[in-house]
Amino acid sequence: MEAWSRFLDTFFNWEVIERYFPAIMKGVVVTIEIAAAVVVTGTLLGLALAIVRTFRLLAVNALIVVFVDMLRALPPLVLVLLVYFGLPNIGINLPSFAVLWLVLALVLAAFAEEIFWAGILSIPKGQWEAARCTGLGFLGTLVYVVLPQAIRLTVPPLTNRTIAITKNTALGTVIGVGEILNQATTAQSFSGNATPLMMGAIAYVILFIPVVVLGRFLETRFAWRRV
Amino acid sequence: MEAIVQQFFNLGIMERALPLILAGLEQTIVICLLVIPLGLIGGLTFAIISLSRLRIVRWPAMAGIDFFRAIPPLVLLIFIYAGLPFAGFRPSPMLAVAIAFFLNTSSYYGEIYRAGIESVGQGQWDAARSTGLYGYQTLAYVVLPQAVRNVLPDLVSNTVEVVKLTSIASVVALPELLYSADMARSVTFNSSPIVLAAAIYLVMLWPIVRLISRLERRVAA
Repeated sequence: MEAWSRFLDTFFNWEVIERYFPAIMKGVVVTIEIAAAVVVTGTLLGLALAIVRTFRLLAVNALIVVFVDMLRALPPLVLVLLVYFGLPNIGINLPSFAVLWLVLALVLAAFAEEIFWAGILSIPKGQWEAARCTGLGFLGTLVYVVLPQAIRLTVPPLTNRTIAITKNTALGTVIGVGEILNQATTAQSFSGNATPLMMGAIAYVILFIPVVVLGRFLETRFAWRRV
Repeated sequence: MEAIVQQFFNLGIMERALPLILAGLEQTIVICLLVIPLGLIGGLTFAIISLSRLRIVRWPAMAGIDFFRAIPPLVLLIFIYAGLPFAGFRPSPMLAVAIAFFLNTSSYYGEIYRAGIESVGQGQWDAARSTGLYGYQTLAYVVLPQAVRNVLPDLVSNTVEVVKLTSIASVVALPELLYSADMARSVTFNSSPIVLAAAIYLVMLWPIVRLISRLERRVAA
């Protein structure tokens, strides 16, 4: 009984919850803002890159592949620190919010480009040829025939990748973005109590469990690969 | 241009930081050798449990997988490293990293194994059982080899993610690659050590990323 009440006091302290609830909620708002900005800009940039790649310009495509590979191979935290501490020294000052957004959007764009490109490649050549025969131009074929089919295939892998990258908003705490984890660790050091960390963890679970479940649903619904 | 070279590609500073960064690389490799096998084994265990016919066993396993996939690994790590001491358990950075990574990567590997096992047809089970193999033998000799083959690109790609993820150990002051590079950066006020660390990550992971692209395209086609 003694141990139980001490556990509650440490991780579910009502007084601490009341005091830091507004701070954690502020973090939730910031996390949602960054996540939304990253998802929109990242997927759109990824789609744009995949479309540019269909023109098959050798030099441009080589650049895209190098960009995509590098961002897929580098840990996001390395990029965050590099941009955050590196750019000011060459005269570019970005707020930490913008640094996190920029890095995560570029990482998502790289993964999204790869997924969209695989989707476009998986559309049989006959679809291109048939569409061109009806008099559609290259762009018309791409926009009206190929992309609608390709994007359907990309939904499950793209959803899962997007969730994984959105969770990286927690990295913002390292450079002082006031998202959930940052609010929680600050509150924890002020209160000398682990409750804020528990609140932060719960906030993430409430935010992300629905998307994780949605991702699994989409995966079975649109089953990719295995035909 | 001059400033960029000075700030990001300063060979003198890189050379001075090299011993520190190589020591960090060693720690990164130690972490990988610890957490990748742990995750692979834990994931397989989770997957098998989550495919059990008993609902009372299956549901907690699936809930656990979803729970640990929903929590950002950094949140989990900080909770274990900074939160658990309040409950009287004070893990070393390495132990905290091992626990957090075990919970996180097992869930991801578990999902992948599960998809792989589900992709093997029921007929395979029936046929194997009818030859006299036990359930566990069927799983080990017939189903798993095919399941792993089907999801190999995903397993490899998740392993790359795990290697990249080891960089968050720097937040709990475990002196791995990124931590050492950031130490060198804060002493020299120059970003070249981080560029050097990035280059090391690239050398380690780029070939695997290329391989994954090719594996995925082959399966997709």
